[in-house]
Amino acid sequence: MAEQSATGKKKTSSLSMDEKEYKKVAKKYEPPRPILKNCIKAFFVGGTVCLIGQAIQEAFMAGLDMTSKEAASPTVAVMILISVILTCLGVYDKIAQWAGAGTGVPVTGFANSMCSAALEHRAEGLVLGVGANMFKLAGSVIVFGVVAAFIIGIVYAFLGFGGGHL
Amino acid sequence: MKRLGRQTWEYDHHPRIIGRATVVGPDEGKGPLSSDFDYIYDNLEIGEKTWEKAERKLLEQASQLALVNANLTKEELHYFVGGDLMNQIISSSFSARQLGVPYLGVFGACSTSMETLALASMIVDSGAGDYVLAGTVSHNCTVEKQFRYPTEYGSQKPPYAQYTVTGSGCGVVSRTGEGPVITKATIGRIMDLGIKDPFNMGAAMAPAAADTIISHFRDTGLEPGYYDLIVTGDLASVGLPITKELLHKEGIPMEQTVFNDCGLMIYDREKQTQVVAGGSGCGCSATVTYGHILNRMQKGDLKRVLVVATGALLSPLSYQQGESIPCIAHAVAIEQEG
Repeated sequence: MAEQSATGKKKTSSLSMDEKEYKKVAKKYEPPRPILKNCIKAFFVGGTVCLIGQAIQEAFMAGLDMTSKEAASPTVAVMILISVILTCLGVYDKIAQWAGAGTGVPVTGFANSMCSAALEHRAEGLVLGVGANMFKLAGSVIVFGVVAAFIIGIVYAFLGFGGGHL
Repeated sequence: MKRLGRQTWEYDHHPRIIGRATVVGPDEGKGPLSSDFDYIYDNLEIGEKTWEKAERKLLEQASQLALVNANLTKEELHYFVGGDLMNQIISSSFSARQLGVPYLGVFGACSTSMETLALASMIVDSGAGDYVLAGTVSHNCTVEKQFRYPTEYGSQKPPYAQYTVTGSGCGVVSRTGEGPVITKATIGRIMDLGIKDPFNMGAAMAPAAADTIISHFRDTGLEPGYYDLIVTGDLASVGLPITKELLHKEGIPMEQTVFNDCGLMIYDREKQTQVVAGGSGCGCSATVTYGHILNRMQKGDLKRVLVVATGALLSPLSYQQGESIPCIAHAVAIEQEG
């Protein structure tokens, strides 16, 4: 039988602490995330990733005589390739642990989320494993990206601000 | 066998661990306890195509080695009590298929190591079996895959996250033979003080560890000083100090003994920074107990040890649905005779 505590509530624990008090104690021992350090790292790593992207784009423009618009797609493809290779070599997650949000930069981070899920679930087959799980993490980015674009599109269609056609 | 107080068992017929074995992965092999393990793999794949098969292989090898060390054949073994962290405890059940002996599968998350040992000792003590194998396993990558993100996914872990141990520990319990004696076991109850963050396992499990330790001393009338060492399973650098504070508040004089945590013992957190706050997983307390602690008992370093294995009983679904994490801890007292 549960003993009755002073408050009349059933006592199911030998600890005299309640949930509220405990959360205070637990918080005291929880090492805080180094937010400032993380922000600085993310800023520089993210910037470096973009710098590499820019360098690749410039190389396409100079080497293959492309316009910046023409060079955009092959640049993205190269960035995806680099991210996928680093993921397959088991390096990307280690960089990410250090760099935090810096490696979440859209193209490389997106490629890593798809590639890592595909690798992880390869054991469950191509259809039920790779196919079904590849968008496990990236799926919500696509869903909310499309929803956001839809809403912005509606706003744009009705109010027509922003000037000019895209 | 009799019950002491509300939740403690006292074994009458001196069930003892007559054979044991530990098999671990590369990170554990680089840790400070590496010389205590029977076999160390230098890679996480362990020669298998999937993480799940790799995990199973660890348990199969540890169980076979434990039988060899106990000088037994599979045919002489009466029962196998096993468990692991996978959905439907596949690692244990699939290993049991290979062993071919009557099998009881249990799930206590990371507390499974002591849950299986307590149950195996109970079977032996009651006379229902002469030789019973207790064992558990965990693998870093299977746990990452099932509970967190794909292993290669680039996410940053918070500074209180823990690192699942790749390893398996098994022990053969019998009434006859040589080995340290299992004298008591305290079966824990579920404690849930509202922690919801699945990365903050230490804080979630600390109340369960404290509750079981308090219950053990209340039921047995002993004091912490009775033991040369009290270890918790995998509270790591966040959970252990919380447990110490909880016990201090309840007036348990833990300063009488050495109070440590398997999750802190298995890795060198200074050098192995990827482990963040320390080790976790059922392989953590299993390998440290069956490897390191029992080796020290054999050497005569330690006479009486209380192992309090802690488990967080969450599922990936339960925390996504915003539920808090129910936790449990089971304590087993191991004593060297003479």
